[in-house]
Amino acid sequence: MGITISVEVNGTTYEREVEPRTLLVHFLREELRLTGTNVGCETSLCGACTVHLDGLAVKSCTQLAVQADGAKITTIEGLADNGSLHPMQQAFWDEHGLQCGYCTPGMIMAATKLVEDNPDASEDDIRHGLKGNLCRCTGYQNIVKAVASAAKAGGAR
Amino acid sequence: MASEPARKSAPTRDPRERTDFDGRYVGKPFRRVDGRAKVTGQTLFADDLSFPRMCFMRLVRSTVPHALIKQVDFSKASEIEGFLGSLTGADTPEPFGILPVSQDEHALCPDKVRMVGDPVAAVAAVTEDAAIEAALAVEVEYQELATIASVEEALATPEPRIHDYPKEGGNVHKAVSMEFGQVGEALAGADLVLDDLFFYEGNTHLPMEQHAAVAVPEDTDRITLYSSTQTPHYVHRALAKVLGLPPSRIRVVACSNGGGFGGKSDPFNHEIAAAKMALELGRPVKITLTREEVFYCHRGRHPVLMSMKTGFAQDGTILGQHLKTALDGGAYGSYGVASTYYTGALQTVTYKLPAYRFDGVRTFTNKAPCGPKRGHGTPQPRFGWEVQLDKAAEKLGLDPAELRLKNLEEAGRTTANWLKLGTTGLERCLRAVVEGSGWKKRRGKLPEGRGLGLACGSYLCGAGLPIYWNHMPQSGVQILLDRAGSVAVYCGEAEIGQGSDSVLAAITAEVLGVELADIRLCVADTGFTPVDLGSYSSRVTLMAGNAALEAAERARELLAQAVAEHLEIDKDRLVFSDNRVFDAGEPDTGLSFREACIAAEAKFGTLSTVGSYIPPRSPGKYRGAGVGPSPTYSYSASVIEVEVDVETGLYRPIHVWIAHDIGRSLNPVLVLGQVEGSVYMGLGEAMMEEQAYRRLPAKYSSSLVHKHPSMLEYKSPTFLEMPPVTSYLIEDPDPEGPYGAKEVGQGPLLPIMPALANAIHDAVGVRIDQVPIHPHMILRALAAKKTGRPARFGPAGFPQVDFGGTLHVPTPDQGGDGRSIDDYRHKLRSGMRSASGTMTTREEALQKHGKLTTD
Repeated sequence: MGITISVEVNGTTYEREVEPRTLLVHFLREELRLTGTNVGCETSLCGACTVHLDGLAVKSCTQLAVQADGAKITTIEGLADNGSLHPMQQAFWDEHGLQCGYCTPGMIMAATKLVEDNPDASEDDIRHGLKGNLCRCTGYQNIVKAVASAAKAGGAR
Repeated sequence: MASEPARKSAPTRDPRERTDFDGRYVGKPFRRVDGRAKVTGQTLFADDLSFPRMCFMRLVRSTVPHALIKQVDFSKASEIEGFLGSLTGADTPEPFGILPVSQDEHALCPDKVRMVGDPVAAVAAVTEDAAIEAALAVEVEYQELATIASVEEALATPEPRIHDYPKEGGNVHKAVSMEFGQVGEALAGADLVLDDLFFYEGNTHLPMEQHAAVAVPEDTDRITLYSSTQTPHYVHRALAKVLGLPPSRIRVVACSNGGGFGGKSDPFNHEIAAAKMALELGRPVKITLTREEVFYCHRGRHPVLMSMKTGFAQDGTILGQHLKTALDGGAYGSYGVASTYYTGALQTVTYKLPAYRFDGVRTFTNKAPCGPKRGHGTPQPRFGWEVQLDKAAEKLGLDPAELRLKNLEEAGRTTANWLKLGTTGLERCLRAVVEGSGWKKRRGKLPEGRGLGLACGSYLCGAGLPIYWNHMPQSGVQILLDRAGSVAVYCGEAEIGQGSDSVLAAITAEVLGVELADIRLCVADTGFTPVDLGSYSSRVTLMAGNAALEAAERARELLAQAVAEHLEIDKDRLVFSDNRVFDAGEPDTGLSFREACIAAEAKFGTLSTVGSYIPPRSPGKYRGAGVGPSPTYSYSASVIEVEVDVETGLYRPIHVWIAHDIGRSLNPVLVLGQVEGSVYMGLGEAMMEEQAYRRLPAKYSSSLVHKHPSMLEYKSPTFLEMPPVTSYLIEDPDPEGPYGAKEVGQGPLLPIMPALANAIHDAVGVRIDQVPIHPHMILRALAAKKTGRPARFGPAGFPQVDFGGTLHVPTPDQGGDGRSIDDYRHKLRSGMRSASGTMTTREEALQKHGKLTTD
C-alpha cells in the first residue's frame, strides 16, 4: 500500500508513491537514481549515506522516505553549482581527502554542514564533528586537511 | 601494428637513469585522475549499475555452522509476488576456489554447510524486496554436525572432517616444515635464547562498500559480470569453470572498488550464482550483499598462534630462529595455503637470520574463511618478531634501534630462505623515525604511563609467481593512439582506491609528454583489457607500471620515427613535452602531439603498442619457494608514543612517526595516503578490531556464531582515535620498479602493532604478547607484576602439531643451490626434471614448444 510523498531534491520537486517501509536512501538511489549517496553499514554508524534534509546533515539509511514528505533535500549530486565544484568538493580533490571514494559523498555532505555551522572550525572541532563518518582508506588525516582548507576558502558558500 | 610478443622481465632501461629528470607528473603531487568523479558522486560502484529488465537475487544462507543439507523447499517462496526463479547446489556442482590446490567452494552448497552464512540456495525476483521475502520463505532442513571452533579443537577433532581433500588428514588443511641452515646448532651456541608465545586475533577488512555484482547475459552462453572485485582475472577463471563456458564467452568488469584491502580478492559464491541465475532467467541479475553477509565473506586476517624461539650472541647478533605458527583458517581454503607459507616467508628479509626453521599449520574451523588482508600472513609473525627483538634488547642491555641496525639485511643479498633482495632502505627508515621521535633522548625517560616503542617491517612489491604458474606476463598494457591525438590505455588492473589508475595515466603521460586529461583509461575489463592479475600482493605499481612504461616507450618510438622523418632530424634529438614533439636544440622546430600522431599513423598505419611485465626468477627451488619471492621489497620503520592509565588500563597512542622505503614516489601525496591509511588500519588491529566468535548456549543448539556481524559492534577507529602521524618517505630508486618505485599499500601497516606493544612496555613495564591489546590485558599484566609473576599477558601454550617431514635447505652462505637436499634425493630417485615443485624456466619451456629463439 503506497503513500504519496512530495520532496524537493536538489532543487527539483518529485511526487512519488512509496512503500511506508522504504528508506530515504533507497528512495534516493533507486527511485530517483541518485546513486552518489552510498549505503555502508545499514545501522546509522558509518555516515556514507549522509544527505542534507531541511538544513540538517542526516543519515538517510535511518530515515523513512515518508518522513521526508515536504522536505527539501540536497545530495552530493546537488552540491556543485552547474559545472563548478563546491569548495568542499574541490578541497577533497585537491587535498587528497579520498581514496576509494565510497565514504566521500557522505563525508563531504557532513563536512559542508559542519563548516556551515562553524566556519572557524578547529582541527579538534572537525574531528569531533565528523566522528560519525567512517573512512577505511585515508586514516582521516587528509580529510581533516581538506575540511580545514575548505573552511578557510569559505566552505559554507 | 602487430603486437610485439612479451620478451623480457626487466625494465627497458635502468630506471636510475630517469631519476634526475624533472618529471611533469612522476614525483609530483598531482591530483588523482578519478577524483572529480568521486567528489561529485559520479563514480559507478557495482551497486550503482542498473540495466533494463534487471532483477534481484538473494542468497539463502545457512543458519547453522556445520550440517548436512537434507532438503530445500521453495514452495512458499515461489508464491511470493514477483518471484522469478531459484537455484540450489545441484545447479552449480563444479567447485571453485582462488588457489588451484584448494578448489573447495561452491556457488551454492550442494550437500553440506560448513559455517553460518554458507549459501544454500538463491532466489530471484523482480524487486529486491520480493527477493528478500522469497529468500526468507525458503525452508531448509539440516542435519547438524559437531562444530570446530579453534585450532586446538581442530587438531583434537579429526572427525567429522570439514573437508575431505587435504592429504594431511583430520581437520588440518596444510602443514609445512622447512629448515634453512642448522637452527639447533645456532640456538645451542647462543648467549641468549628467547622462547616466546604470541597470539594475533583475526580481524576483517571492513571495506565501506558491501560487495555487489550484476550479471548481464548476452546470449545463452555469453555473459558479462560487473563486480566489486580486486581480481577480475580470477573471477573470470572461476566463472568459466563453474558455468562450463569457454572463457572467451565471459567478460568480467571490475567496477571501482569501495575499498578492498584484500577482502575482494577471491572469486565469490554470490558472483557465480548471479551469473548462473542470469543465464537461467535470460535477464540481468543484481545482488548486493548486506553488511552482515560481508562479515561472512570475510577472507580477513587469520587468527595465528605463534611460538618463536630465537638465539642471540651477547653483542646482539641474531644467530637463528625457530618459528611455529598455527592458523585458524575458517571453513574454506581461500588463499590459506599461501597464507600459511607467508606466516614464515618474510621473517628473513629485515635482519640477517643465518639459520631459520619454520613450521606452519592451518586448520579448518566452522567459521567464515580467512584469507589475505593487507600484509597477508606477515603481520602476525612480524608482530611477534619485533616484540621479541624489544625483549632481547632489554635483556642484552642494548638500545632496540641499535640492535636492529646491527643486524640489518643488505641490498642485493639472498636470504637464508632464498629470497633475493633488491634495494633496502631500512637503515634510513630507522634513522628517520629515531631522529624524528627524539628516541634517544626520550625513550625510557618519559614519566610513568608514557612510553615510546619502535618496530620495523618489510613487504613484497608483488608476488614473484602468479597463482596459476605459467610463463605469461603478470601484467599487460595496450596503448592506442589515433589521429585525434588521443591516447587510450588498456590494462586489466583494478582501481580499489589505491590510485592505480592515476599511476597508469601518469606514467603514460610522462613518457608521451601529454597531459593527464589527454589520457583515457579502460581498466579491469577482461573482455577488452590485456590481463593484469589484479590488485593484490602490492603488485600493481611495479608490474602494471613497468608494462605501461614499456608500452608508452614503444609508442614514443613510433612517434619519434615519424616525426624525425618529417622534420628531417635525428630522432634522438626529439623531446616529448607540453603536448609537442620537438627538437631539443631548436624547441620551435617540432610538431604538436596530434600532428605527430597523424604523421605516425600515415607512416605505420593504425597505431597500437603493448607492454608486459614478468618478474625475475627467484633463486629458491625447494617446495614452498614459490611464496615469498618478489622483484624487490619495501621497508618501513615506526615509533609510536603512547599514554597508559595504570588505573583503568585505557591507553591512547599520542603520536606515530613512520618512515617508508618507497624506492621512488611516483606521486608523494598518493604514497603518503597509503602510509597514513596503513597506520590507521594497523592501529585498528592493534587496539580494537576482532572477528570473534562464540558458541550459543546448549539450549540454542551450541551453534558457533559470529559475535557481532555488524558495524555497530565491530569496532574500528574513528577520527577521534587517530593520532597525528609524521611520515618520512625514503627514496632510493630500485632498478626493478618503474622509475624506481616500490610498493606502499601494505608495508607501512606492519610495524604498527608491535611498535604499540613495545610502547606500552616502555610506558608501564608490561608485555602484551597478543593483539588487539585491550585495557584489561594491561591491568592483568600490571597485577601480575605487583605479585612478582611475569609482567605479561599472552597465550600460555602451543599445541602438539605434526608438521610433517621437514625439508632441509642449505642456505646461500652454506653454498646451497636453492634446492632442498630432500628434494634433490627425491629427484635422483625419480629422475624427474621438476620434482622440487618448481616449474622449469620460462626459456626452457618455450624452447621445448619451439616458440623462442634465444638471443
